[in-house]
Amino acid sequence: MIRTFFRNRGAAAGLVILLLVAAMSALAPLLFPFSPWDMQGAPFAHPGEDGFLLGSDSLGRDVAAGIAHGAYVSLLVGAVSTVAALLVGITLGAVAGYAGGWVDDAVMRFTEFFQTVPSFVLAVVIVAIFTPSLPSIVGAIAVVSWPPVTRVVRAEVLSLRSREFVQAAEVLGRSHASILFRDILPNALSPILVLASLMVASAILLESALSFLGLGDPNLMSWGYLIGAGRSVIRLAWWMSVFPGVAIFLTVLALNLVGEGLTDALNPRIARQR
Amino acid sequence: MRLLRLAVARLAKMVAVVLAIVVVNFLLIHAAPGDPASVIAGQSGAADAKFVAQLRAQFGLDRPLPEQLWIYMRGVLSGDLGMSHRQQRTVAGLIGERLPATLLLTGVAFAFALAAGIALGAAAARRAGRWADSVITVLALGFYATPIFWVGLMLVLVFSVWLGWLPSFGMNTVGVDLHGWAAAADTARYLVLPSLTLGLFYMAVYARLTRASMLEVAGQDFVRTARAKGVPEGRILRRHILRNALLPIVTFAGIQAGQLIGGSILVETVFAWPGIGRLAFDALLARDYQLLLGVFLCTSVLVVVFNLLTDLVYLAIDPRMAAA
Repeated sequence: MIRTFFRNRGAAAGLVILLLVAAMSALAPLLFPFSPWDMQGAPFAHPGEDGFLLGSDSLGRDVAAGIAHGAYVSLLVGAVSTVAALLVGITLGAVAGYAGGWVDDAVMRFTEFFQTVPSFVLAVVIVAIFTPSLPSIVGAIAVVSWPPVTRVVRAEVLSLRSREFVQAAEVLGRSHASILFRDILPNALSPILVLASLMVASAILLESALSFLGLGDPNLMSWGYLIGAGRSVIRLAWWMSVFPGVAIFLTVLALNLVGEGLTDALNPRIARQR
Repeated sequence: MRLLRLAVARLAKMVAVVLAIVVVNFLLIHAAPGDPASVIAGQSGAADAKFVAQLRAQFGLDRPLPEQLWIYMRGVLSGDLGMSHRQQRTVAGLIGERLPATLLLTGVAFAFALAAGIALGAAAARRAGRWADSVITVLALGFYATPIFWVGLMLVLVFSVWLGWLPSFGMNTVGVDLHGWAAAADTARYLVLPSLTLGLFYMAVYARLTRASMLEVAGQDFVRTARAKGVPEGRILRRHILRNALLPIVTFAGIQAGQLIGGSILVETVFAWPGIGRLAFDALLARDYQLLLGVFLCTSVLVVVFNLLTDLVYLAIDPRMAAA
């Protein structure tokens, strides 16, 4: 399975990029041992000028330092909000698929409602009302990204629960919870894993969009904030908005590639056709 | 008769969703820091407790929550979305004024995405495995990973800052009095970059979908039959394959209406396009929660209406749906 994953060159490249971004985030305090909010030299220095690798912003802050320190928020928000969305989505999907009947109906109506409401607008409203902070951003992203998980898990549970090994467990008199957690969910793991990698990618995009609109955590440097700050001075300093965008693009692209690699590795049938 | 029952069921569902959105909106208003009474009291500078209590009574904020919900719902259903106390105007009035600009932007972006996406996808399906194919795959992969507001900024950088071809800000030239076609042409120039920004991502999505769907249809028996009958290749492509391949695209386009409108907030912010997305951004800056929630309600209703329209289109192009 691991070999299939690495045979996909895109997936391997994606994994390398992700590791590099994680390393950059971990080493940021060593590479740039100062706050990314502090002035380091002349404002609007071009990339490579004045000791600024990627230029400086309108207040003489180092753009490269901002990108390195900002990786933390993107990775953290991406990971935590995905875990939160998975917890909600898997629980609801498993209950709906296993219980069936009116419970299934009610859960699916609830899910459909959240899929109808424009998710980005809802996220903006939630973060604005609960004031921008790391918990409110993570919460808002989780609130708008659980519905697909519920759908996938429900479909998997529905198809697995009529299989012989589940019926055998039922005949043995095992409890519903035990069957669900020990027999059904482990078998539904691979689609969940693929979905999770794509969810981290879209969570990072969502976080950057929120902080672009000024809804980022005011104490933490983030890529979206950097682009938002560069927006009004784009005629003077193109580097302020170009480089943070490249960072977002590479990270999200890497996650999508890893997701595709996972799909191939976890579905041997499709992988063999290639 | 069956069609009628189907339409009634869809409408009932639509009403239920809208009511649920109104309830969520109400709950969010109550979660917002500071009720309208304290906001007004703060702005008028008179923050004594008696005045605030009087305002609360005036807005009905001292009554039990379910009763307030009832009052709020009655208001919303009669078109009253509350007051924007910052701008001293009704929320419904502000949104109504900005809505046409947003509809123009999203409409043009959507039409562009659909037309270009289907054309690209069809071209790629025809030459499966060759360069057009790889171009689409790479484009789609790229646009999936690019923040939409950054695409907008890069287009501004290239086409207005470096090349100076197109305006990057606003909806029409300020200070010039234009009428009729001249005014339309002027607005069209301002429309190019925002609608490209909003449409490019969906173009890539539709292209991928069209390609996959067409390849699937092309392998079916009726296509082989048509070919055996000697139907010209171009006609097979248009009448037999493309027509059947369009169904999943219509379904998908309907699902994505919400994302398109969400994206318009970002695009309107980048290009200062005077629509409801820009209105939402201004409301954010001013902490005008009444206005922000009004925009949320309005966009949600737009999505619901759009979903209903897709259902109708679906019925029109696939008669099997009505029989099912």
